[in-house]
Amino acid sequence: MDISRRGLFQIGGKLLVLASVGATLEQIVGAETPSDAYKMAEHWWGMLIDIDKCIGCGNCVRACSKENQVPNGYFRTWVERYQVEENKQPVVESPNGAMDGFPPLTRDDIKAFFVPKLCNQCADSPCVQVCPVGATFVSPDGVVLVDKEYCLGCRYCVQACPYGCRYLHPETDTVDKCTLCYHRITQGLTTACCENCPTQARQLVDFKNPQDPVHEFLRKNKVEVLKPYMATQAKVYYKDLDGSVR
Amino acid sequence: MRRWFHDSGHLIRPALVLLAAVAVFLLVRAAVTPKDFGKYGHYRPAALTLVRSHPLSYAGQEQCVMCHDDQASARKAGKHAHVACEACHGPLAAHANDPSIQPKLPDVADLCRRCHEKDAAKPSGFPQVVTAEHSGGAKCTDCHQPHNPHL
Amino acid sequence: MAIPGVDGFMYPNEVELQWSLLIVLYPYITGLVAGAFILASLERVFKVEAVRPTYRLALLTALAFLLVAPLPLQLHLGHPERSFEMYLTPHTSSAMAMFGFVYLWYLTVVLLLEIWLEYRADIVRLSRSSKGFARIVYRALTLGSQNLSPASRIIDDKVGYTVTVIGIPSAFLLHGYVGFIFGSIKANPWWSTPLMPIVFLFSAMVSGIAAVLMLYVVSMKLRKTPIDMRCLDTIAKYLFYTFLIDFTLEMLDLIHRTYEADESFRSLDFMVHTRLLFSHVILQIFLGTLLPLALLAATQLWRFTEARRRVMYVTACCCTLVGIFAMRWNVVIGGQLFSKSFLGYTSYKVQFAEREGLLMAIALMILPFVIFVVLVKLLPPWTDRKTT
Repeated sequence: MDISRRGLFQIGGKLLVLASVGATLEQIVGAETPSDAYKMAEHWWGMLIDIDKCIGCGNCVRACSKENQVPNGYFRTWVERYQVEENKQPVVESPNGAMDGFPPLTRDDIKAFFVPKLCNQCADSPCVQVCPVGATFVSPDGVVLVDKEYCLGCRYCVQACPYGCRYLHPETDTVDKCTLCYHRITQGLTTACCENCPTQARQLVDFKNPQDPVHEFLRKNKVEVLKPYMATQAKVYYKDLDGSVR
Repeated sequence: MRRWFHDSGHLIRPALVLLAAVAVFLLVRAAVTPKDFGKYGHYRPAALTLVRSHPLSYAGQEQCVMCHDDQASARKAGKHAHVACEACHGPLAAHANDPSIQPKLPDVADLCRRCHEKDAAKPSGFPQVVTAEHSGGAKCTDCHQPHNPHL
Repeated sequence: MAIPGVDGFMYPNEVELQWSLLIVLYPYITGLVAGAFILASLERVFKVEAVRPTYRLALLTALAFLLVAPLPLQLHLGHPERSFEMYLTPHTSSAMAMFGFVYLWYLTVVLLLEIWLEYRADIVRLSRSSKGFARIVYRALTLGSQNLSPASRIIDDKVGYTVTVIGIPSAFLLHGYVGFIFGSIKANPWWSTPLMPIVFLFSAMVSGIAAVLMLYVVSMKLRKTPIDMRCLDTIAKYLFYTFLIDFTLEMLDLIHRTYEADESFRSLDFMVHTRLLFSHVILQIFLGTLLPLALLAATQLWRFTEARRRVMYVTACCCTLVGIFAMRWNVVIGGQLFSKSFLGYTSYKVQFAEREGLLMAIALMILPFVIFVVLVKLLPPWTDRKTT
């Protein structure tokens, strides 16, 4: 059986036309997301952490774990305890992420403090940059989220995060991380960690809200983000962060 | 020209195979990719809805205060004014939705110790004691009223 | 409360390694592909006629390994069934998203096309002479064209040349992007360097050339055919030159790090001297680089008998192949053994029978050779090439 060259061209041409039509249709027929009271464009979320207020009780870690069903051994947030001595490497510990607080430190001749850590909700996020499929992203209101129905579990984003806040969820086999309790903040509640912090060391902030106390706070206090040289535009600001903190 | 075409005609075949494959790929792509992908950025907008649909475990203290305002006012007067209800009582969204669900209070000793056990890393102004020496074995609530603990 | 395997402090989510032995295997395999193809292109494009006997062999080697290359990745993914998403919605800012397209481009437009053009005369001949199932396979491979006129073969030659010329940067891209995947991660100072894609590429070329040399020697021994020493000497010479460049680049990286001694240096230095002592210092540097370099340099500087040269080449290549694997190990695993706080280290325990374990890695390394044997049977590289 011999297909003529012309015949082959005709078949090929038809296939091409079909494919282009299909692709065009895809662009035209889009789906509309339902509108509700919460308008993403009106918010730009972040967090303030006051190191001098943190007592290392671990309430935030427990609350986050319960609110978000965080699997055992993995942490969406955790607290570190630093012991800083002159001319020495800081001694840092985080027993089970501070899920049960810390064993008491009796040594009081050195500088010691607690540092709560979580996803820094970077506006220029290196983890979002490396996702091959668009399963992790910065939402229009500034929260870095993971689409667990789209994530391949390649863990490239886990490698790219400078802060160690991502992990592979052992049950869904997708990457998981702090969502800034997106399901809560979009309903007018605060995050689980901020709700349960007894000293208000952690506070949710909305940079787009002109009444939010964060604006005055940033004007009046000396603040830092973690690893500023990474230029990730992190949105978790620490007050009274010591230079030894990594 | 015709001669050249005759001698290189076999090259059309792999080209066509490739073209057919590309066409099939484009069709599949059009069919399978979510229609609104890319609306807000390079992701599925449905992901936002998915994350938002996560159920609450913590109700938030505004919910608690709606029914329990006696405890709330006792607390407001004291040192625990800024400690949320669920910080000690645990996640209570289930109870807020259905008050017949009775929450269990965690063990008092552990609870108080987590914040108030003396630790050199805690801010010095924060009330903390070495509990073993402080109460001589008595339970914290024997002396301190949790909603207004200062003696 | 000490965590087993952890010294010092790691961020809690860092303790467990994310990229395992299989992710070490992937760059090793694509490296062999790139290297084998570059060796093939030596003859085709750069007219190094001496390595002609290994031309077809190198192409088949490249294909055998390329077919296996996606497998370690698929086995590693949490959701391999979603991997097609990389074709549907590739995120163009991600080097990893390029994988699917570069791979398909290289497989089809470069490798398969070049093999088809090279073997076309044999395929047509075999489609006429073979029987039964083999005949059906060969007829399918002809893609319906029986045209073997001398003019058409000349055109095949010209197009094949063009494909190879395009193939060289394509091979660089196929493996270079893997280097970029690591090299562009600013969060990881062990990986983040502009040298990474170049180091990966040159070590790939070294491993690919060594692999083809080994396969050539083994194939000739199995077929009881005498080895073309001029070919072997030439391959070894190119291996030596490529190795020198590779070694220079790696030394440059090391010297640069040691000299600048930034914050990460102390932590990385400690890691190399403790957890990576065997794989980095002993396997990669001494056994995998210095020893082969010494052997190859010796053959360039002094005269040895043919038999002795063969032994030296084979020894050098075995060591090289082990050494380049160790290099991939040190990059991938090493990059995850230290904490990004620079205050601690974790350990990696290779699992045995799990999805990403040792058994699977061994199977994945054997598979390309099985495919290679099938390809050699299907498309024998040994027939003399005729231009008519």
